[in-house]
Amino acid sequence: MTPNFYLWMIPLLPLAGAAINGLLGKRFSRQTVSAVALTFCIAAFGWALFVVSKFSGLVLPHVETLAPWLRAGNFQVDFAFQLDQLSLVMLLIVTGVGSLIHIYSVGYMWEEGGFYRFFSYLNLFMFFMLTLILASNYLLMFIGWEGVGLASYLLIGFFFVKDSAASAGKKAFIVNRIGDFGLLIALFLLIKHFGTLNFVPLFQNIASMPVETASAGLLTTIGLLLMVGACGKSAQIPLYVWLPDAMEGPTPVSALIHAATMVTAGVYMVARSHTIFERAPMALTVIAIIGCLTALFAATIGVTQTDIKKVLAYSTISQLGYMFIACGVAAFSAGIFHLMTHAFFKGLLFLAAGSVIHAVGGEQDMRKMGGLRKKIPYTFWTMTAGTFAIAGIPGLAGFFSKDEILWRAYQASWAYWAIGLFTAFLTSFYMFRLWFMTFFGEYKGEPESRAQGHDSHGHDTQVHEGHGHSGVHESPMVMVLPLILLAILSVVGGYVGVPGSLGGQNHFDKFLGPVFRSTAPALNAHHEQPGETAPPEQTTEGHEPEAGHGTEIIFTGISVSAGFLGLFLAWLLYVNKPQLPQRIAASLGSFYHAVLNKYYVDEIYATLFVKPLIDGSTSILWHGVDQGVIDASVNSTADGAREVSDSLRHMQSGNLRSYAGWIAAGAAAVIAYMIWMGTR
Amino acid sequence: MVPLSYYLVLSGILFACGVTGFLVKRNIITIFMSIELMLNGVNLSFVAFAAHWHALSGQVFVFFVMVVAAAEAAVGLAIIISVFRTRQTLNVDRVNLLKL
Repeated sequence: MTPNFYLWMIPLLPLAGAAINGLLGKRFSRQTVSAVALTFCIAAFGWALFVVSKFSGLVLPHVETLAPWLRAGNFQVDFAFQLDQLSLVMLLIVTGVGSLIHIYSVGYMWEEGGFYRFFSYLNLFMFFMLTLILASNYLLMFIGWEGVGLASYLLIGFFFVKDSAASAGKKAFIVNRIGDFGLLIALFLLIKHFGTLNFVPLFQNIASMPVETASAGLLTTIGLLLMVGACGKSAQIPLYVWLPDAMEGPTPVSALIHAATMVTAGVYMVARSHTIFERAPMALTVIAIIGCLTALFAATIGVTQTDIKKVLAYSTISQLGYMFIACGVAAFSAGIFHLMTHAFFKGLLFLAAGSVIHAVGGEQDMRKMGGLRKKIPYTFWTMTAGTFAIAGIPGLAGFFSKDEILWRAYQASWAYWAIGLFTAFLTSFYMFRLWFMTFFGEYKGEPESRAQGHDSHGHDTQVHEGHGHSGVHESPMVMVLPLILLAILSVVGGYVGVPGSLGGQNHFDKFLGPVFRSTAPALNAHHEQPGETAPPEQTTEGHEPEAGHGTEIIFTGISVSAGFLGLFLAWLLYVNKPQLPQRIAASLGSFYHAVLNKYYVDEIYATLFVKPLIDGSTSILWHGVDQGVIDASVNSTADGAREVSDSLRHMQSGNLRSYAGWIAAGAAAVIAYMIWMGTR
Repeated sequence: MVPLSYYLVLSGILFACGVTGFLVKRNIITIFMSIELMLNGVNLSFVAFAAHWHALSGQVFVFFVMVVAAAEAAVGLAIIISVFRTRQTLNVDRVNLLKL
């Protein structure tokens, strides 16, 4: 008898919050709205903690079926939720970080209109995200997958009166559709060939299939299609373009959805489907290459951006690239580890950036900041923790996870490692650039900043004008508290996965091990006779030769020095010689402009896809099919009826004898017909 | 014994006369009389068939037709008087307001 945890309650609690706030919130006071939203969100977190407390004695994977959903012949999909190590980690990240961001949002959104709407959307997002990670079949996961896309669309376009926000929401939704297309086809293929979408039987089925090394087969196709879906959701090349624009949403949204949780859904999905990917090396290679390209590409763009949120957005894309590299070299637990630490420090960085924006009255341009260190000390120190964590400074969360990925990448190919290392250097450089530009030097904004910024925080300054306060002020406690908690997590979060080379046990890898190892194929099986069953214990994960520790420490040293090099260079360029960046930019010329304009990718996409699509839709579908065929046929039907009746109405002359004549003619015709029929 | 076909031919001739009068004449009274002629032409064929087949239903039908014709004559004559009062004419070609 397996225990029943009522896992379905975890996603349903935020849904209840969303429903209450969404339906009734208009009449509630702000206090009530935030109380409802926080209660249901934190209750979900509490439920997750309860599940954790019972977790150790559980038979895994633990599947709970709530109700049957689709039954068609042998095909069967239920509302069923699955608990294993992977979904547990994701559950804690989503509910934990999500709750903190909910708390922060209370302070951040307090002055905004549509307060209840915002929290309703946030809770709705939590519902779909929890459905996504707890689902025990691909179809339920797909519901969550689409639902987080919907919530993301709603929240990006939260300031819907602003045209840029509305179109950014649309862009995110449409670009994600392209990825979902791939995912959906992958699901169809799975149904066609395996007849089920439930994780447990599906992966058991696939586990008995051979590795497709020589030629690309079914699993490679499915893997590549799943990857297309993951690319859309996790903002990888070529579908990353929506994420920078998504910064139009309120900053807590960027932290929750576009840094900590939703964008990692693609990585989660790839990790969840590891059984498929392990048997499709070609798909894995493509994932790793895409991850490398994205990491490098986004990092270079991040170096040139001046909008504080855009830097973080490109940084997020770059870090997601890291997770893809990890998945691509079959180091899934390393990818999930980085996913977790990234959720901590990038959530923190976004929230701290929001606090900075809040402090300077809605300004997002880093060139107009500076010297904020003394004025907003809490924000400064928490952001420092986040910056050091993402830069890979030893001892902090990002160091352990990034180091793990780099080491595993090196084991696969030195090229992955080299790109990863250079990206680590760039990451450190642009993060410290942000840090120095924002907190050090002189304050360059207007002293009484009245600028209505992106999040319309301008009114804050008016509040403070009365008592001779300069516009810059620390955020309220309700915003600072989540920052501090996330900062603590960013500092200590890495210690669950200290690698063996540094004297740790890598508990995280061991904890996730059963998920990723149980169905892992023996990669060297293809050297042996085909058909010979490989021993199940022989795995790719965690099989480091003991002699590798020395090498691993050397590599750790290299990546750490890359991080410090970035710190030093940022200090040199933005503190020591602030005029130098302009000269460098000028000497680079057109290349700098290309990077500054994000390699013109948006423009290229606009020319290659968007404009032909709009033109084609306008000339062929709108003017051609809709107006030419559909409207034309409807109109000509009406015109024809009118013309026929125009000629027929002359029969209605009003002349009694002509009516009589018609009647007689008709009767004669009928009689003639009957006679003809009778004599035939 | 007069054969059935004679009656039917006579009935047809009467009906045709009625139709012709109905179409050709302009005076409403004459048209009305033509209608009566048509009805009686049909009545003749009814009784002829009834006598031929020794079936009473044909004769019953004739009574029905005569009742309807009487009712129709009453209503029709009332309409004719009304038309004459309003339009001072009985020419149907002048009574042509009921049109588009």
